[in-house]
Amino acid sequence: MRRGLALAAATAAVAAAPLVGGTYHVLLMLPFMAYAVVLLGLNLLFGYTGLVSFGHALFIGIGAYTGAFITSRTTIRSLEVILVSAAVLGALAAVPVAALCVRYVKIYFGMLTLAFGMVFYTFVLKFYRLTGGDEGTPFLRPSLLGLGLDAMPKIDYLTGPYYYYSMAVLGLATLVMWRIVRSPFGLCLKTIRDNPAKAETLGIGVARYRFVAFVISAVYAAVGGALLGPPIGNVDPTLAYWTHSGNLVFMTLLGGFASFFGPVVGAFVFIYLQNWVMSVVPYWRLVFGAILALIVIFAPEGLMGLVTRRRPAPAARA
Amino acid sequence: MILRADGLRKLYGEFCALDGVSLTVGPGEFVSIIGPNGAGKSTLINILTGVTRPSAGSVRFKDREVAGIGPVRLARLGMARSFQLVQIFPDLTVLETLQAAVVSRLGRGLRLFTSLARDREVQAGALEVAELFGLAERRHLPARHLPQGDKKLLDVASAFALRPEIILLDEPTSGVSTADKTAIMETLVAASKRIGLRAIIQVEHDMDIVFAYSDRIIALHQGKVLADAAPAAILSDQRVIDTVIGRRAVRG
Repeated sequence: MRRGLALAAATAAVAAAPLVGGTYHVLLMLPFMAYAVVLLGLNLLFGYTGLVSFGHALFIGIGAYTGAFITSRTTIRSLEVILVSAAVLGALAAVPVAALCVRYVKIYFGMLTLAFGMVFYTFVLKFYRLTGGDEGTPFLRPSLLGLGLDAMPKIDYLTGPYYYYSMAVLGLATLVMWRIVRSPFGLCLKTIRDNPAKAETLGIGVARYRFVAFVISAVYAAVGGALLGPPIGNVDPTLAYWTHSGNLVFMTLLGGFASFFGPVVGAFVFIYLQNWVMSVVPYWRLVFGAILALIVIFAPEGLMGLVTRRRPAPAARA
Repeated sequence: MILRADGLRKLYGEFCALDGVSLTVGPGEFVSIIGPNGAGKSTLINILTGVTRPSAGSVRFKDREVAGIGPVRLARLGMARSFQLVQIFPDLTVLETLQAAVVSRLGRGLRLFTSLARDREVQAGALEVAELFGLAERRHLPARHLPQGDKKLLDVASAFALRPEIILLDEPTSGVSTADKTAIMETLVAASKRIGLRAIIQVEHDMDIVFAYSDRIIALHQGKVLADAAPAAILSDQRVIDTVIGRRAVRG
């Protein structure tokens, strides 16, 4: 009940932001919503399956470059086409990566995802003809639901139609993920997170489930990556760099991976905090490093862990 | 015959952990495997449950060769197991743990978009097993908060929720107080009748439990079968008493 009210209030606040907020802060909501989509997927792997990926910027890159490629190399502008293509390509790219990575756990899984991320980063950096190298590829303004909105001033487009479109995508992505974590599949993922050996004796094929969770998380990352493109207007290799993957892990820890909405909260706080710290001191990474250390030591369940503080465990022999 | 092992050998380098073990388990049997430490009991259980591949020999379950096929496929074929060191899902509740087993049994694990809460068959199946094992009252408690005896029961209960034909219990009462041991065994035997289990194999150190519940006892010693007989015959076998059971235990 409390969660329902909090969710309704948050949704109302996001919906009202463009009407009451300053342009600058409203524009910051766009990367927040894109990252929220990415992190909902990443947390299926992190919080629900127990696998920490340091390479999901790869799939953000795939989504973003898909959009850039479609808008700047073809006559297609439809964001629906872009998002579906990003999802499909994200899934296709995830299949071989996941097939290899899910055979490993813990640090080996993390390192392998990192390695694949680096391979992709180098690819987009070096294949200049295809990707524009370090200059990147322009992501032209997409049409929304068949409406070409080219005549609109850019700020109006981003804080108006594009804002609400992003919100709708985030809403849909949330609903779908909510179903997934409450499905029989979601329960099997949690058994694997808690005790893979025991899960196997119950007939739950660990590798197969990890594989499916990985591919779903990649699809989410690619869709979120495509949403990141239009506000920037240009997609370059930094999106696929490993520090970007690290930021995703940071956001997840910041909000709390043990909670469904934790990573979304993490993305929100990260974006606005980063923006504020950058405006105050030039060394935002220094500040963020200290924050990360404090979270890991004092609030391992992140901000959501502080808010929803678990009730003390009922006495074992109650 | 449900389970049949022939000439199982397992070498770890020079060391021979199992040296030609053969055994059979038929319908309706409760078979206990006993033996001193290092007799090869764990190796045998791990081979029978498909975790370890034998160096030689075969394991046939329902007339299928199953040596080394792994726990996942064995579980699907109808063989379940519990562990000596209790294995639970710490953050899942009792009910969620049992639901996972039922989901697996019904082959619904890859249903991504259906609601678990509205799956009546899974809900009812899990609740039934919880009641069978006296865990219904604590069904919403995360497994890590259960008392040790209940953790042990939950481990076994989740294996039962698979509705297997045969179950292998690796020291089902180890780490549990003497008072709780009999309770666990009574629950277990009652539950096995209810779900129509066809056979139980257990490894057990507690001789009171072994003699109270077994139809047949297999004594292992130094990787070989020392004796394979009914409890009464085992008690009159001097070699088994000397090497496995101990004189005092028999007199007492």
